[in-house]
Amino acid sequence: MNKVITYSIITTILVLLLVNILHRPDPINLAQYKLKQEFVFKHTPSVDHSKFDILQKDFETPQEVTEACITCHNQRHEEIIKSSHWNWDRIAYIEGKGIAKLGKKNVINNFCIGASANEQACAKCHIGFGMSNNTFDFNNAKNVDCMVCHDKSDEYIKGAAMAGYPDRHVNLKKVAQSVGKPGNINCGSCHFYSGGGNNVKHGDLEEALLSCDRNTDVHLAQNGINMTCVDCHGDDKHKIKGKLYSVSSTNVDRLRCEKCHTSKPHFSETLNKHYSKIACQTCHIPTYAKENATKMAWKWSEAGQLKDGQPYHEEDTLGNHTYMSIKGKFIWDKNVVPDYIWFNGNATHYALGDTISKFPVQINRLLGSAEDIHSKIFPVKIHKGDQIYDPETKLLIQPKLFSKNKGDSAYWKDFDWGLAAEAGMKRVGLPYSGTYEFVETEMYWPINHMVVPKDQSLRCEDCHVSKGGRFANIEGLYIPGRDSNKRIGIIGKLLFWISITGVLIHSLARVISAIAKNEVDSEEIKYE
Amino acid sequence: MKRIYVYKKFNRFWHWSQSALIFFLALTGFEIHDSIHLFGFEKAVELHRNASFILLALIAMAIFWHITTGEWKQYIPTLSKLKAQIHYYTVGMFKNEPHPTLKSIRNKLNPLQAVVYLGFKLVMAPMIILSGLLYLYYKILDANNIVIVSDIPLDVIAAIHTLGAYLIMAFAVVHVYMTTTGHSLTANIKAMLTGWEEVDDDHPDLYREDENSNSKTK
Repeated sequence: MNKVITYSIITTILVLLLVNILHRPDPINLAQYKLKQEFVFKHTPSVDHSKFDILQKDFETPQEVTEACITCHNQRHEEIIKSSHWNWDRIAYIEGKGIAKLGKKNVINNFCIGASANEQACAKCHIGFGMSNNTFDFNNAKNVDCMVCHDKSDEYIKGAAMAGYPDRHVNLKKVAQSVGKPGNINCGSCHFYSGGGNNVKHGDLEEALLSCDRNTDVHLAQNGINMTCVDCHGDDKHKIKGKLYSVSSTNVDRLRCEKCHTSKPHFSETLNKHYSKIACQTCHIPTYAKENATKMAWKWSEAGQLKDGQPYHEEDTLGNHTYMSIKGKFIWDKNVVPDYIWFNGNATHYALGDTISKFPVQINRLLGSAEDIHSKIFPVKIHKGDQIYDPETKLLIQPKLFSKNKGDSAYWKDFDWGLAAEAGMKRVGLPYSGTYEFVETEMYWPINHMVVPKDQSLRCEDCHVSKGGRFANIEGLYIPGRDSNKRIGIIGKLLFWISITGVLIHSLARVISAIAKNEVDSEEIKYE
Repeated sequence: MKRIYVYKKFNRFWHWSQSALIFFLALTGFEIHDSIHLFGFEKAVELHRNASFILLALIAMAIFWHITTGEWKQYIPTLSKLKAQIHYYTVGMFKNEPHPTLKSIRNKLNPLQAVVYLGFKLVMAPMIILSGLLYLYYKILDANNIVIVSDIPLDVIAAIHTLGAYLIMAFAVVHVYMTTTGHSLTANIKAMLTGWEEVDDDHPDLYREDENSNSKTK
C-alpha cells in the first residue's frame, strides 16, 4: 500500500513538472508594445490655417493658393522642386547606362504604356498645374500643387484630362484653409487609382485601406493602430521614403520594416535566422488583392473592336472592366498568391529608346540571385501584357493615346495604331518604321502592403514541403523539407527495406526450420 | 538454467532512454524531411531540437560511464569466434546448434555485436551528431569569422544527416529483430529490462566463467 502511495506521489510530481516545463504562455512582446505606444497619440496640427488672413480670399487660380503657401512656407517649394514626385524622374547610377535620369518621363509600363505624349490626361497624378505637354517648366514653383497632398477637407480633386489642374467645382478657399498633414486619401488619390482604376496596378494599395480592419492591414486598421501612410513614408523636407520599382532602380532611401521592427523581431531565434534570406513581406503578406481584384494581364492587341462604329466596354460580375475598345482585354484576380523572386533592391528598366533582344520583354527587371548576399526572397505581382512594338527598330512604341478631339492621331479617338505610333514616337523623338506588332511584356511589382495579423502569416509548411510549396521555383537555396538529396534518399530507403526483407526472410527460415524440427520430433515419438 | 547479471542499472537506463530518443528523433526528423506528418513542421523542429539536446547530454554521460567503468573495452573487436557467430546466425540456429558465445558481466557482447556496435559508435553516431550540430548551428558557428564552417553547404550537411538517419533506421530494424534470437523470443528483451540473463547450464563456455561472482544458479 505504501508503495502505491509513493508511486502516485512521484507520478503526480512528474506530471506537474512536465506540465510546468511544457506549458509556455504567450509572452508579451514588449518591443512591439512600446512601438504601438508611439502611434497612440495622433498628430494634432499646431496651427489653424482657417484663421490666417492670407487664406480668407476667394482664389481665382490654384497658383494663387501656392503663392499664398509660399509666403509663409518659404523654402518648401524648393524641396518639392527637387523631388521625384515633381520631376517624374530621379538621377541614379544605372548599370550599363552610367549616371542617368529615370522616371515616369522616360520609362514605359505595360498598363497605359507611358505618360509621354499623353500628359494632358496623365498629369492628373502630377503634383503640379499645367503639364499639358513636354514643355512644362519644372522650375516654376507657382505650379507646385500643395493642395493635392495637404488638403484635409476632402474637397480637392484634380480634373479629368486637365493637365493637373483641379476640377472647376473645387472650392479653393475651403481647401486652402483646411490644409494639414497628408492623410491616406491624399496619397491614395493617385497611388490607389493608378492605371485607370482602383487597385489596377499595385494589388496591395487600394481604396479598401481607407477603412479597413486588421485582417486587411494591421498598420492602417481602424480597429488596430490606425496609422497613416506618412507615419512610415513621411520624412523631413518632403523626401518621401520608399521605392516603387516600376520607376525606381537603386537600393537607396528604401523603406524597410526593420526601421521600426528591427532585424530580430521574433522571439524564436529560428524565425529570426530567416531574416538573412527571406523578406518580412514574404511571410507576412501571404496574398494580395484581398479586398478588391487587381489587374493581372492587359492585352492591348485586342483593343479597337467597335460596336456600330462606337467604342464599348464589358464588365465582369464584380464590376471590373474585362474589355474596353480603347484599351483591350483585361484579366483580373483576387486573393492572389504572389510570385517569389530573389531581389536585392536594384532594378533595371526599359527606358524609351532601348532596343529589345529578349522576349517576353521585361519592362522592369528586379535584380538579385541566391548567390548575392544582399538578395532576399520577395513576394511580387507579375503583370503580363502585350503591347505595341516596332519589329524593324526593335523599340517598344510609345503611342499617342489621349486627345480631346478626333483626327489628332490619338488611339482613344481614332483607333488607328499606325497613326498613334507615329505621333507618339515623333513626340518622344524616336524613329518609327511604319510597321508595328504586339509583343508580350512582363512587369514586376514587389508586394509591401496589407500585412496580415501574425496568426495569418505563412506557416512553416507553406515553404518547407516537398511538393507544391510557395518556393517551388526558388533556386540556389537548400530548404529543409522542400529539398532532399535524391541519391541518399534512394540508398537510405533501399538499405531500410533490405534490412526489413532480410529480417523477414530470416524469421521465415526460423519458422520453417522449427516446424520441420517439430515434425521430426513427433515422428521420433511415434516410432517409440 | 543459470541466471547471470549482465546489464547494470546505468547501462539499462542509457540503453532504453537512448532508444526512445532515437525513435522520437526519427519521427520528428522524418517529419522535417517531409516524409511523415504528425506534429506539424514548426513543432517537429522544436521537438527534434530539444530531443537532440537531451540525447547529447545522455551521450556525454554514457561516454563518461564507458571510460570510468572500463566498459569501453567491451567494444574492442575480436576476430576469434566472429566467424562462428556469423555461422550461428546464418546456419547454426536453424540446426539447433548452441550459441557460440556466452554472456557475462565482462563479456556482454558477442563478437558480431561488438563489431556492429563499434560501427554504430564510431560511424553512425558521430556522423549524425556532427552533421546535426552543423545543421543546428548553420551560419551561427562562425559568427566570429574564425571558424569558417559556413563554407560547407547546407545541402551537404543535410544529406549526411539524412544518410546517418537511414543507417540508424536500418540498424534499428536488425537490432530489434536480433532480440528475438535468444532462448525464447522475448528472453533478450527481458534481460535488457531486468539486467539478468538466463544461460544454459551445459554451455561449454560456462565453466570458464566460474570466477564470475555475480552469477548464480536458479
